[in-house]
Amino acid sequence: MAVRVRLLRGLLPAFSLALVIAAIAWINPRAMSYFGFNLMLSLALPIALATAAQMFVIAGSELDLSIGAFISFCGCVVATWLNQSPLLGAVLLLGGVAAYAGVGALIHLRNLPSIVVTLGMSFVWQGLAILVLPQPGGAAPDWLQTLMSAKPPFLPLPVIGSILLALVCHLLLMRTGYGAVLRGAGGNPTAVTRAGWSLLKVKMALFALAGLFGVLSSLALIGISTSADPNIGSNYSLLSIAGVILGGGEFIGGVVSPVGAVIGALTLTLAASPLLTFLHIPPDWQIGANGALLILVLAARARFARTEAAR
Amino acid sequence: MIQALRARPWFWSFAGAAGAFAATIATLHGQGAAGVATAALALAVFMVLAGIGQMFVITLGPGNIDLSLAANIGLASAVSMTVMNGSDAGIGLGLAAAAGCGLAIGAANYLLIWLLRIPPIIATLSSSFIIQSIDIAYGRGLQIKPPSGFADFTSLQIAGLPLLAVLALLFTGGIAVLLRRTIYGRSVLAIGQNTHAARLAGVAVGRVRAITYMVCGLLGGLDGAFLAGYFRGANVDIGNEYLLASIAVVVVGGTSVAGGEANLPGIWGASLFMVLLLTMLNTFGAGAGVRLLFTGLIIVAVVAFGGGRKTAQ
Repeated sequence: MAVRVRLLRGLLPAFSLALVIAAIAWINPRAMSYFGFNLMLSLALPIALATAAQMFVIAGSELDLSIGAFISFCGCVVATWLNQSPLLGAVLLLGGVAAYAGVGALIHLRNLPSIVVTLGMSFVWQGLAILVLPQPGGAAPDWLQTLMSAKPPFLPLPVIGSILLALVCHLLLMRTGYGAVLRGAGGNPTAVTRAGWSLLKVKMALFALAGLFGVLSSLALIGISTSADPNIGSNYSLLSIAGVILGGGEFIGGVVSPVGAVIGALTLTLAASPLLTFLHIPPDWQIGANGALLILVLAARARFARTEAAR
Repeated sequence: MIQALRARPWFWSFAGAAGAFAATIATLHGQGAAGVATAALALAVFMVLAGIGQMFVITLGPGNIDLSLAANIGLASAVSMTVMNGSDAGIGLGLAAAAGCGLAIGAANYLLIWLLRIPPIIATLSSSFIIQSIDIAYGRGLQIKPPSGFADFTSLQIAGLPLLAVLALLFTGGIAVLLRRTIYGRSVLAIGQNTHAARLAGVAVGRVRAITYMVCGLLGGLDGAFLAGYFRGANVDIGNEYLLASIAVVVVGGTSVAGGEANLPGIWGASLFMVLLLTMLNTFGAGAGVRLLFTGLIIVAVVAFGGGRKTAQ
């Protein structure tokens, strides 16, 4: 019985996604097509990539409130420097990843609360984004636009991208030795240190991975929207946290699920916009739907946890 | 000397505020010092109110934070303006409505934390999503001006001192007494220092936490009403900058992020510092990008130098 409850809990993210898709299929069967999913999931890839970035930070029992502003900054760089002088743009983006590793080092060395440090960094990235691109504009590099509007056979791009992303993150974090060390930093830092690993390097690696996936998210986002604006990613900090939690992640203890996180991001994307549109609910309630979804899933999870504890 | 300063972390925020003020006045060649000070005090009040609310929550211990403050302020600003409906007779009722709206949000936050046993960050995050939606749906296109009596009240000055700042100062004094001399205040500190020990000592942990989230909601609600009065109208985005600012002033002011240690003078120092810093960068002619960049760098620097006290619990 206990095993069954735990299994149910593990399947909760997939179940939520299936439920949302079923609801959409019920209301509007025509949406269940290649074209329909391509449209409904158009923004899924950037959100899933941002969620993956957040997942690496949460795996280390930290929290990143600056990922949204960072994606805005990278987006502005992609639509300006990367387009006009690709080499300089690439160096700037890599510099961003290095800065992320630096933030990880600072948090570890000075034993600082990550919420506050990343909060400060969100101002920094937002400021830099405005300095790079004061007004909405710029243009995505042609290759990026071509890539993001590709129409592969059988499965739409967002679906293929999400599956790939889930696979890569799963292999990296759950199937490699160093992946276990990375998660260990959030679960039992003392044990990781005793085993001879440098906690500093682990924290830097986790934050660098977050930075890297933040850059990828901005690339996907700008490829889709074709131009940038300094606030383009501002929702992503909170959305990415919601995605990780929906996917079964926990704030402490290095408990994360890469596949779950990607599923969580897809659920958020579908529940927020297409489902509401089909239900004729005005877009005003888009953010609220995300909140309600989060509460529903957490309530279900709390229910399972209580059943588990009772046994 | 160093020892004495370490024991008074609020000193640095006031020193920073004084430095930013001096730099501003120097750039203005000594002109308009009084005006700068008055404007800074008036703007700092809104940060102080949000900051005190956040301080209570953060003092409860690690993981306690209210991310719904911005949405709360936005909604309360719209609610209060609607209830006042531009007439001076409705001011009292409007303020009560804002307070009630904030209290309800605080209660809802704690209900989520308690019922779902989820970390406060996620509880207040989800509720902020919902509040934001309610506010967008309810407050869009709402163009109700505050009653002239209320608008005048929020910008009234007595001998160059904003009336709101004086009231907020008195209120802070009251909060200090509440925190140090009442059972409720000492319970908040005790829970933040060691929840388990507090519970064993007979502190009604659940009730105190519930009250604390409601206090934070209440202060956010009132802040929203005053902001709407000061800026002559409600706005969905009116509270946006106050979420990050409220956390920033709490931390920069020397309140321990690990909980159990509140610092009221620091809230004032840090709020004045943040406002004067922006004033200074404005006088230097810096654009929005540079202002944000410096604000962020200073928050990180202050935390990095003063930090290192995240105790493991």
